[in-house]
Amino acid sequence: MLRFLIRRLSSAFVILILISAFTFLIFFAAPRDPAVLACGKNCTEAAKDIIRDNLGLNDPIAQQYWEFMRGIVMGRDFSVGRCDAPCLGVSFNTDLMVWDTIVDRLPLTLSLSLGGLVIFLTLGLGAGLMAAAKKGTVTDKTLSSMSLVFSSMQIYFLGPIVLGALVFSSGIMESPRYVPITEDPLGWFTGLLIPWFVMALIFTAQYTRMSRSSMIEQLQEEHVRTARAKGMSRPYVFFRYAWRGSLIPIVTILGMDLGALLGGAIVTEMTFSLAGIGRLAVDAVTNIDLPLTMGVMLIGATFILMCNVVVDAAYAYIDPRVRLG
Amino acid sequence: MTTLTKTEDAPAPTGRDAFLSVRDLRVQFSTEDGIVKAVDGLSFDLERGRTLGIVGESGSGKSVTNLTVLGLHNPKTTTVTGEIVLDGQELTGAREKTLEKLRGNKMAMIFQDPLTALSPFYTIGRQIMEPFRKHTGASKKEARERAIEMLTKVGIPHPKTRVDDYPHQFSGGMRQRAMIAMALVCDPDLIIADEPTTALDVTVQAQILDLLKDLQQEFGSSIIFITHDLGVIAEMADDIMVMYGGRAVERGSAAEVLRAPRHPYTWGLLSSMPSLSGNVHEKLMPIPGNPPSLLNPPSGCAFHPRCGFRSEVGGTLCTTDRPELGAGRASACHLTAEQKQTLFVEQIKPRLG
Repeated sequence: MLRFLIRRLSSAFVILILISAFTFLIFFAAPRDPAVLACGKNCTEAAKDIIRDNLGLNDPIAQQYWEFMRGIVMGRDFSVGRCDAPCLGVSFNTDLMVWDTIVDRLPLTLSLSLGGLVIFLTLGLGAGLMAAAKKGTVTDKTLSSMSLVFSSMQIYFLGPIVLGALVFSSGIMESPRYVPITEDPLGWFTGLLIPWFVMALIFTAQYTRMSRSSMIEQLQEEHVRTARAKGMSRPYVFFRYAWRGSLIPIVTILGMDLGALLGGAIVTEMTFSLAGIGRLAVDAVTNIDLPLTMGVMLIGATFILMCNVVVDAAYAYIDPRVRLG
Repeated sequence: MTTLTKTEDAPAPTGRDAFLSVRDLRVQFSTEDGIVKAVDGLSFDLERGRTLGIVGESGSGKSVTNLTVLGLHNPKTTTVTGEIVLDGQELTGAREKTLEKLRGNKMAMIFQDPLTALSPFYTIGRQIMEPFRKHTGASKKEARERAIEMLTKVGIPHPKTRVDDYPHQFSGGMRQRAMIAMALVCDPDLIIADEPTTALDVTVQAQILDLLKDLQQEFGSSIIFITHDLGVIAEMADDIMVMYGGRAVERGSAAEVLRAPRHPYTWGLLSSMPSLSGNVHEKLMPIPGNPPSLLNPPSGCAFHPRCGFRSEVGGTLCTTDRPELGAGRASACHLTAEQKQTLFVEQIKPRLG
């Protein structure tokens, strides 16, 4: 298992290096001179030259990339000050360190995605299992059609409706906001409750359907029948034999969804005016803030790769046949 | 030698002291297309320590019968009527909890394909331990020792380490041995083996059959052995029941059914089997046509559309009247005993080599 993890982690690392190289190239693929972007309003040729020199834009690309990678490991010095490792550069817009900006936004994104994850996994798998166990009954049909309705909805549609109903017209709840869990756990919880549920409802639908169909398939497996023929009880066989196998496709989409969410739940954050990584990514792109864009992309890629490693480990845990390969 | 080819009364084979006794079993599935009569009025007895071979084509109802004995049919779509009595205990309509206590304990099943029938997620040892712990209340340690003992018994080398292996680390024959160990872990009185050697190499087949016979001697279990392989059945069975279209069409001791079969369908089965000692140039005689639709079975004798001896009976008896299976050594066919005797000796026997 350890060797398996080391192998997966090292290949993830190689991919990350490749991604960093590609992201680095957006500096040069951008439609405008980075120096102009960094320069601000009252820009002169002389100022641009200084900036180019400062950013090292006159150096060969390979050297610039090397400096960037070195900065991630060792830190770098800029005209605005020292940038400690891991240094992802300085934002053109705010002159703040990219890494610090990201770290500042990260707790919200983590809270939002992990909280939502707990809700949609519980609801989705629960409903899916129930529908599979009661296949063909009214319960199954209700759950299935509900999940079809929700999966065809969008957060930016459902979000405002829920906000309108619970916040603006009735005042039952306050507007979603983020308070660090360390400061006020209850405020953290109530502040994110609406975004969690709206996000979860839409994801739940997908997990309900996936879990239902995967479970129905597993229940027809021969080894499930063998377990029944051994005298094991129906619930035991349902959870120990069938459920375990049904988790494999679920873990697959879960890994992708979680990676994407951690890299920024853009629509959710925008809908509920929450400032997380997703919001940061949108701002970075609209302002053509190249260092920030790169930083957000790298962080997103790292999350997706990490989730992939976790998914691989989960496969190996669930299905021993994967462990040897 | 007189044969009852038709009796009006419900068949009542041998005594009531049989270990497993099935009476007028009917299993029907409701599907979108209508009602499938998978088993239609089946009766048989199995005595302690004996082996009953059930032979028939796919869809003849042999597997369904046995899944029904274990109560593994889907209760929502299946209607079961008739009687299944195991050691004095009525199984049809028995509560799920009652059946769970019997399954894997008093009656156990060996499935056809050990690769798909064993769970890929758990070790062989765990899968053997599970029913033992459930039925005997043994501790984990005792169950593990029992699993190792069983693996030794079925001839798995290095059982102490192999017990922690997963099914995919076993070869096909070893997996089937492990499956047998799993079925026998609670000393079941009834073992149902559903084509246990079909998925295996011929050489491994013989080993598995020997193993089953040895274990039967040791444990004194009764075996229902389902197969479509007549060579295998000759090796294993004391008695044979031939099934066609959800019904038994011939019954007798293994020697009787294989050496002097009386039903045209059994003749067909035997003629379609290659013989090692026979002439290589002699053509095999497959039974023409396909197994009957159980949704809409043929009128009269279910075999009549494929039967080559219908003209011998004469009239429309075969298409209108269903022949019943008598008691004891019997076959469900309208041919008279003399006709069967003559036809077999003159037309069938020479081909069998």
